[in-house]
Amino acid sequence: MKPFTTLDSRLVPLPIDNVDTDQIIPARFLKTLSKVGLGDQLFCDWRYDAEGRPKPDFILNQPRVKGAEILLAGDNFGCGSSREHAPWALTQFGFRAVISTSFADIFRQNSLKNSLLPVVVPREVHAELFALPPDATVAIDLASQKLTLPGGKTVEFPIDPFAKHCLLNGIDELGYIRQQEDAIAAFEARCECAVNTLG
Amino acid sequence: MPSTIIDKVRSAHVVTEQPGAPALLYIDLHLVHEVTSPQAFDGLRARGLTVRRPEHTFATADHSVPTTDRSLPIVDPIAAKQVAQLEANCREFGIPCHSMASQQQGIVHVIGPEFGLTQPGMTVVCGDSHTATHGAFGALAFGIGTSEVEQVLATQCLLQKKSKTYKVEVTGRLRPGVAAKDIILALIAKIGAGGGTGCIFEYCGSGIRALSMDERMTICNMSIEAGARAGLIAPDDTTYEYMYGRQFAPQGEAWDRALARWRRLPSDEGASYDREVAIDAASLEPMVTFGTSPGMGIPISGLVPDPAAIADPIERESVAKALRYMNLEPGKPLAGHAIDVVFIGSCTNGRISDLRAAASVLKGRKVKSGVRVLVVPGSHEAKRQAEAEGLDAVFRDAGAEWREPGCSMCLAMNGDQLEPGQYGLATSNRNFEGRQGKGGRTILASPATAAASAVTGVVTDPRRLA
Repeated sequence: MKPFTTLDSRLVPLPIDNVDTDQIIPARFLKTLSKVGLGDQLFCDWRYDAEGRPKPDFILNQPRVKGAEILLAGDNFGCGSSREHAPWALTQFGFRAVISTSFADIFRQNSLKNSLLPVVVPREVHAELFALPPDATVAIDLASQKLTLPGGKTVEFPIDPFAKHCLLNGIDELGYIRQQEDAIAAFEARCECAVNTLG
Repeated sequence: MPSTIIDKVRSAHVVTEQPGAPALLYIDLHLVHEVTSPQAFDGLRARGLTVRRPEHTFATADHSVPTTDRSLPIVDPIAAKQVAQLEANCREFGIPCHSMASQQQGIVHVIGPEFGLTQPGMTVVCGDSHTATHGAFGALAFGIGTSEVEQVLATQCLLQKKSKTYKVEVTGRLRPGVAAKDIILALIAKIGAGGGTGCIFEYCGSGIRALSMDERMTICNMSIEAGARAGLIAPDDTTYEYMYGRQFAPQGEAWDRALARWRRLPSDEGASYDREVAIDAASLEPMVTFGTSPGMGIPISGLVPDPAAIADPIERESVAKALRYMNLEPGKPLAGHAIDVVFIGSCTNGRISDLRAAASVLKGRKVKSGVRVLVVPGSHEAKRQAEAEGLDAVFRDAGAEWREPGCSMCLAMNGDQLEPGQYGLATSNRNFEGRQGKGGRTILASPATAAASAVTGVVTDPRRLA
């Protein structure tokens, strides 16, 4: 996993609550066997018209957000399905962080495993961020868990300490779990096997 | 200290808890399907790993499969490749798989319980957010992403922080014509699509005890639609009667031992929860959704809300955007609104009792001319049972399509989909924009409401046809 330490970027505002993973990446693109090539399909049905042309009024198609790496979204971002294709599409498009007042649980877990940082801010900070001018830049420092606004105001954001450690160091969880082999084997030895699907 | 069933199941599965890391949980049952697994199997191959416990793993093809004649090949070459890849991966790693050709294939959350694989006190995961369905048996069951699918394949374990506990007490009995689906839609409308974020629900109370296993599964299934990763119901005699004699359920003395263990699972008297909410089932009407989030639900006699009355600007714009997409007017009833398609099926409402509920409305009636009705059983088992009871004939005689099992139009991956602008009344779980086909508009409801609306061609209270 790619480490995440700091990020300075403009914001891509998407002032909508309950943005679900079907909007982030529609189900018809989930027939792929690959993890890559999903960036062009991000927000596909909001981004392109019926003929596949970019809709000029959708934020991702506006020149002012080109190169911006932080998505600023409404409440409960990433709700719906467990598809990890959602953070794959977001990161492949170029996003490295999403700021919101809340995230759906599975989406948050999936994001943390793909170096996409979910940043939860209080409602008043959220409103302040949406009111910033389009060229405003914010700074994220994961080590200190601080989000810095253009005027210098800093806001601390929460993150699970283990997830933070993995992100800062680019550690893959599977490697960590495999180091617990002795504990896993001991658990299997003392617990009755609940089901045998091969039997 | 008294503890909840949630804590009992979780603590029995903690493998280790290292300082600075979440607890490592052991997973008893891992269900696998074609959409969220191929990249996980690739990961295993890239790292040179095997599947640790293939005997705790079980696969089926459900999302991408056509619901038409199964003797024909899949027309969509990309879907065909995905299903073939699942079969190849299962062969390579020794995982039992009921793919398209199997007479025991079905939606993963329908066949797990039918096989008796889902059992009280288990931990169950699947790369699918509707895994909470299995919570109806008192299992701790939740959806995971593909990275976690790979972790469970490789180690049979997952890292997981403790969630908050959320007690959902349902009192009172449902009135005739009102269904389990209406309970869960009412709960989501009450607490919101993010109301259960960070929580695990325990559904309890006399209103839950009175429900069948099929009805309990409908409720647990949609826990995720309120933001809760899992939702469960303590097992009782209804649970044990359902399970007894099923293929993978314990047999003989093992059954007696298991039963003794399961009877200790229900939450202790006086156990405390982080949050609580109460629903009076007796006061509920059939529910329908008007918007593009499952939380946007109203009783069928209600009116589409006016966004102008919402104070929060983002919430106001979200509801306004939903109404624009749905092309619905604020202040008007949804009942009586014309529909184009009715979809009866899915892991929410594709089980035998759902098919019976829909058939009882359609029996001796005809689908309104111009309305397309797809009835998609959740599994071959449900399909066989329905055919043995003559329900397929009821559906066909009424003018509905009787199809092969799968996820079908719930997420429209397999070609079963709405056309742009069409209104679909669906017994499935999500009314997101384009969920049932690009530009399609979904209204969620119970099987009885779906069947009644199929007859009239407009959104209809099933009690009017009783």
